[in-house]
Amino acid sequence: MAKKNTSDVETTTQDGGENAIFNKETEGLSQGQIVLRRFVRHRGAMTSLFIIVGLILFVFSALDQKIGPFKVPGWWHYGTEDLPELRSEGCKEGLVGCPTFSLRPKFLGGAGFGLGEHPFGQDDIGRDYFALVMRGAQRSIMVMFVIGIIGGTLGTIIGAISGFYRGWIDAVLMRFTDFIITIPAIIIGSVVGYHFGNLGVGFLAFYLGLFAWTGLSRLVRGEFLTLREREFVDAARVAGASNRRIIFKHILPNAVGVIIVSVTLLMSGAILLETALSYLGFGVVAPDVSLGLLISQYQDSFTTRPWLFWYPGLFIITIALSINFIGDGLRDAFDPRQRRRITKKDRESAKTVKKAGA
Amino acid sequence: MVAYIFRRLGILSVILFGSSFILYNLAAISGDPLEALRTSTDPNAKQQILALTRTLQLDVPPPLRYFLWLKGILAGFTGHIDFGKTRDAQLVTSAIATAVPTTIRLVFLATITAIVLGITIGIVTALRQYSRFDYAMTFVSFLMFSLPIFWVAVLLKEFLAIQFNNFLANPQIPIIWITGLSVASGVIWSAIISGDRKRVWQIFGVVALGTAALLTLLSLTSWFAKPGLGPIVVFGISIGIAYGVTQLSTGLQNKAALRSAQAMAVIALVLYYPNQWLFDHHANWLLIFAQLAATIGIAFVVGLKFAKIDRGPTIRTAAIAGFLIGIITLLDRFMQTWNPYMSTDAVNFRPIPTTGQVNPLLEPGNFWFTTLDILVHMILPTIALTLISFAGYIRYSRGTLLEVLNQDYIRTARAKGLNERTVIMRHAFRNTMIPLTTIMVVDFAGLIGGAIITERVFGWIGMGTLFNKAINSFDLNLLMAVFFITASLSVIANLVADLLYSALDPRIRAGKG
Repeated sequence: MAKKNTSDVETTTQDGGENAIFNKETEGLSQGQIVLRRFVRHRGAMTSLFIIVGLILFVFSALDQKIGPFKVPGWWHYGTEDLPELRSEGCKEGLVGCPTFSLRPKFLGGAGFGLGEHPFGQDDIGRDYFALVMRGAQRSIMVMFVIGIIGGTLGTIIGAISGFYRGWIDAVLMRFTDFIITIPAIIIGSVVGYHFGNLGVGFLAFYLGLFAWTGLSRLVRGEFLTLREREFVDAARVAGASNRRIIFKHILPNAVGVIIVSVTLLMSGAILLETALSYLGFGVVAPDVSLGLLISQYQDSFTTRPWLFWYPGLFIITIALSINFIGDGLRDAFDPRQRRRITKKDRESAKTVKKAGA
Repeated sequence: MVAYIFRRLGILSVILFGSSFILYNLAAISGDPLEALRTSTDPNAKQQILALTRTLQLDVPPPLRYFLWLKGILAGFTGHIDFGKTRDAQLVTSAIATAVPTTIRLVFLATITAIVLGITIGIVTALRQYSRFDYAMTFVSFLMFSLPIFWVAVLLKEFLAIQFNNFLANPQIPIIWITGLSVASGVIWSAIISGDRKRVWQIFGVVALGTAALLTLLSLTSWFAKPGLGPIVVFGISIGIAYGVTQLSTGLQNKAALRSAQAMAVIALVLYYPNQWLFDHHANWLLIFAQLAATIGIAFVVGLKFAKIDRGPTIRTAAIAGFLIGIITLLDRFMQTWNPYMSTDAVNFRPIPTTGQVNPLLEPGNFWFTTLDILVHMILPTIALTLISFAGYIRYSRGTLLEVLNQDYIRTARAKGLNERTVIMRHAFRNTMIPLTTIMVVDFAGLIGGAIITERVFGWIGMGTLFNKAINSFDLNLLMAVFFITASLSVIANLVADLLYSALDPRIRAGKG
């Protein structure tokens, strides 16, 4: 106990020093630059950013894509509709379509490092599971972004209008938000997904996005309510700025931190919502492929053919985890109270600067 | 205040009216309940269509039919709530009445565990901010956030249920597991307690050796096949509880509190055999509740006996300790039931089930068997739900406590020379709990509707199953009943949370703003 107390006293006496270190670091930088610096310093978030960008490029370039009349060939030699023969070589007794992916080099008794014909194995009818997982991941990432964009836009607009104008507009919009909030997301998703799921994954994501903005709109409203009372808004108004200009040029840039952080969390929730709905059979439906659907189809074969279960799950987790970490990094970066831990190195470099100055 | 509550209730009913109207019409126009019958070649199809149209009043257009439905709901004020009929011409109310307790059973324990575990870990990470333990827990909580529950469920079924059942056939823990678990617990505990390097190694050594010895003992005695604690171990654990609770509740320097908590342990030891007799001959829920009441009563008397001044904290400490010791005693009784339960034909030495909510083959009549049966069926869903939801509590309680620790009143408390325990438990922890309480209330309500997937994975028949059925068979009344219950719960929980917040935090006034 006593030890703890002395260390606290130390921190208080050093407060001034720490402030000096922080001020030194942010000298002459704009707000955006400070945020960017903080974000880049967040190791988890930067790693996740690289992973997610790499994953998106990897996943979307793997299969043939149809963009309008053009067909962009993918680098993977199977598509989701190809039906190669089920292989049984190298599999355990009585199994077919096992993964050919191998990390164990030849001199340790493995098949050597390499992907092989079907790195993730094959499904029941012989379709290449790697291609299926890639398609599923494409679907999930797309749903995630569509929900993020639609939910984010709607939430920002509704929250901004409601917080800026207040009065009866606010009352009506917030009651409308409450309407949507009372219906649990999974119920809305199921009702919507059940009836629009067969229209394609784009529609599904669009409709889910229409219901995903509520939490964000409340946050944005709160932010607008406080920001609109600030002096710089009064100054803009006195200078004759229109409401639109005040909203977009003065208040919105100040609220952008809250919005970005909340949208990333919305997106990581969206990918879990999509997989959950597909799992229940209300999301992406059979001829199409989704990660949740794959897990739901093959969960019973876990004991015999576990690869059918592992790979889609690992992709879901990787995507959601990366997004969550990016969100965390952004939150830290935008939080003005957030302080990095002061290391010994910082203290020493501050001291040397001081000495050099003196 | 009363006016405020009434105004809020008024707004709530308008909201419920609006959203139920939207959902009713959305669901009604998007599917035709007669579709399967229309295309059917069954000669009776026409008759069935007519019958179904009559029971579900399908001849009325949806916006108007909604008001017929609403009439049934509003009749709830006179005590005869009517959710209409399902497709099978059965009352929705009876279907709901069996489903709600199932879901609550599923969700309740998981939520409690998640809250206790999440807040504990959250507080430890906040007190050890930027330590390795903190970083590890941050990663774990993000991982939990990103796990799809159906995926976790399958893993749990395989590794916890099936493998554990296999293990029970020959309950010898392999050396490699003993080593791994000992090292892991050593690492975790040394990270939590922390200190200088020498101390960390000391803690690591003690914990790792202790765990290894315990596991070896359990393995050698085949404890997992025939578990049980017995009076001596129960007493030992009780004394441990007495010290732990006193430390957290009042601090060990409060001798009266410590003595009364220890007295509770001694009383539990004295009453061990009488309790066993009661358990054997009069086992039912009434007995358990009576014992709970008796425990509180004894704690009260003991507290009065030991404390001359400042009696509240002493009684509180004794009551909490008594409650926990009671739980240990009950646990001991369940452990004694374990082996006979495993040996029944219905269970056949595979006690951890992967699906279902009760074992239908088990003969009813024995209180301990049926209760244990319910409990083992709850193990997997509870773990799955806890894993998913406790991450949120870790993050939230960590953030709140860090914020509170930066407040001026904490500095004042330290400046007054209060010890660290008092500062953390009395000044910081209580203020951390204010925002957490409101989140808990809302969470409870959300979980009732949110267990749809869990129910499906584990084959429970609760609200989620009803909901699934309703969607797949276009059963509008059933769907609306599920929605109405979850939605009402969530709006009421929000109201309760707001009121609670204003009650707990005097700076917030409900009704203003």
